[in-house]
Amino acid sequence: MVERLLMKGNEAIGEAAIHAGCRYYFGYPITPQSELTAYMARRLLKIEGAAFIQSESEIAAINMVYGAAAAGGRVMTSSSGPGISLKQEGISYLACAELPCVIVNMMRGGPGLGSIQPAQGDYFQATKGGGHGDYHLIVLAPSSVQELVDLTIKAFDLADKYRNPAMILGDGLLGQMMEPVQFKEFQKERIPSKEDWALGSCQGRKPRRIVPFNLDPDELEKIVNKIGRKYEDLPKEVQYEVVNMDDPDIVVVAYGTVARVVKTVIQKGKKEGINIGLIRPITLYPFPYAVINDAANRVKQILVAEMSLGQMVEDVKLAANGKSKVFFYGRTGGVVISPVEIWEEVKKILNQN
Amino acid sequence: MMKKVFARPKSLTEVPFTYCPGCHHGIIHRLIAEVMDELNIAQDTIGIAPVGCSVFAYLFFNCDMIVAAHGRAPAVATGIKRVKPNNIVFTYQGDGDLASIGTAEIVHAANRSEKITVIFVNNAIYGMTGGQMAPTSLEGQVTQTSPYGRDPKTMGMPIRMCELLSTLNSPAYIARVALTKPAYIIRAKKAIKKGFQYQIDGKGFSLIEVLSTCPTNWGLSPKEANEWLEKKMIPYYPLAEFKNVEEVS
Ligand SMILES: Cc1ncc(C[n+]2csc(CCOP(=O)(O)OP(=O)(O)O)c2C)c(N)n1
Ligand code: SF4
Ligand SMILES: [Mg+2]
Repeated sequence: MVERLLMKGNEAIGEAAIHAGCRYYFGYPITPQSELTAYMARRLLKIEGAAFIQSESEIAAINMVYGAAAAGGRVMTSSSGPGISLKQEGISYLACAELPCVIVNMMRGGPGLGSIQPAQGDYFQATKGGGHGDYHLIVLAPSSVQELVDLTIKAFDLADKYRNPAMILGDGLLGQMMEPVQFKEFQKERIPSKEDWALGSCQGRKPRRIVPFNLDPDELEKIVNKIGRKYEDLPKEVQYEVVNMDDPDIVVVAYGTVARVVKTVIQKGKKEGINIGLIRPITLYPFPYAVINDAANRVKQILVAEMSLGQMVEDVKLAANGKSKVFFYGRTGGVVISPVEIWEEVKKILNQN
Repeated sequence: MMKKVFARPKSLTEVPFTYCPGCHHGIIHRLIAEVMDELNIAQDTIGIAPVGCSVFAYLFFNCDMIVAAHGRAPAVATGIKRVKPNNIVFTYQGDGDLASIGTAEIVHAANRSEKITVIFVNNAIYGMTGGQMAPTSLEGQVTQTSPYGRDPKTMGMPIRMCELLSTLNSPAYIARVALTKPAYIIRAKKAIKKGFQYQIDGKGFSLIEVLSTCPTNWGLSPKEANEWLEKKMIPYYPLAEFKNVEEVS
């Protein structure tokens, strides 16, 4: 049997990364994810051939990631809020150069310096591009410490498979929370060889060039179209969780921390005779449009709850495509939505409609 | 039988340089390539091209190459070298790249004494974007963005990067060279070779600043540009070895 350990979310991500063969980490401290940076220092500085650098800035960190990924390393960086903003130019370069890496964003209240409390205001930034130009990240949204582990490992695999940066989009609450976790055996063989594209010694082969630009628009279009075809393939990686969806009176769509709150409300609803269904997107990009579209055929009302002014709600509306009414409830600035608020909102919607 | 005394270094590709007539970028490329040939390291070298006129360096060197974001080459080099410590890693950076937008990256790569070699091309101007003021533009120098001349009162004095970086304890080698005379070129090549040799020997960070011309944006002929460099730049930017780990007692 695999051992169960009690771990803090941020540290669980770190251990999961190392478990998945990540040997390079570059980062700059910022709350609420600093434990992850510290954990990587503690572990990687003791592993022969591994590298941990507390970089001079998040800009430097993401560019170290760019170099390490180009050299074929399994590499990660992490940050939050302002730090993630600073990384955006580098992330855009990684996407253009088709370099795999994992970026962890433990979201905090924003905009500006914002707050250090949990939030979900970086959904647009994460799922719609974030940096300049025509690209997407693969975005995974964990909702428990075990999922922080599983999805971190998955993020490395997907990044390698698609040669595209992947992001873990968590929040301050998940990072600070302690829960039991298990690490299933990891077969090193599943890390794909990068020998056929990574930089290194060109003895016996032609020199390789990683060039994230082309001044000829027709040529750049070819590069971007090639990247675009990967995104067309991505929907097959869609992952979500559904709860109580057999015969719901109303469906709530929520991810990450908010989905945990909704699960409490589902229990309350059962006692009061209201069936609340939950669709929890686990992949935010690719977004689970189909399952939400299907739900929109079956219920009249969908409630989207987010710790933001309303961002994912736009994707839910696209998915529902007018077939059911989409409501929104949000708290922002670092305020975590309480079960009572969602319960009141559900009752209000059901009473009015 | 005739003896061949001049040939294209093997470490350069067949692609013709795209640089303007009289521009020193081409000479610097050639010197690096000759050093790579002499040290027989091309097959193990990874070069990082900057954003600037020499963004096209990736086409010219016969080794693995990557283009970095503007100013970030030292961070990219750090990432590469940490994954591939047995490869030789060099960055090639302009003055806007290294001394303005990438100041933090160069200072900290030098301070960590990353085992990389930095070739810093100081032409006192932003070449690629059409001649704006660089952090290294001289006092009074007229550029697109200092149309009345660089005024130190509001624009600061030109930054001497070698001197600045030499205040750090860790770098192994820091030198400034020029290319306007054969004697200078010989010295420049020696400095570049030392920079690579120190990396091979694991001694740490090296940076060679090369005073360079930009006839196009200086609005001078190639000959006048060489004269301007000698008359104006060298007095402000003295040619010297500022740091040499071998000579530390
Ligand atoms: C983030 C960013 N800002 C600005 C630019 C535009 N840019 C391209 S090259 C350059 C200056 C290049 O000057 P220098 O580094 O001195 O190189 P040179 O062309 O003189 O060799 C600038 C500002 C850019 N590409 N990226
Ligand atoms: S613009 Fe200046 S730096 Fe650029 S290639 Fe021409 S002469 Fe050289
Ligand atoms: Mg310049």
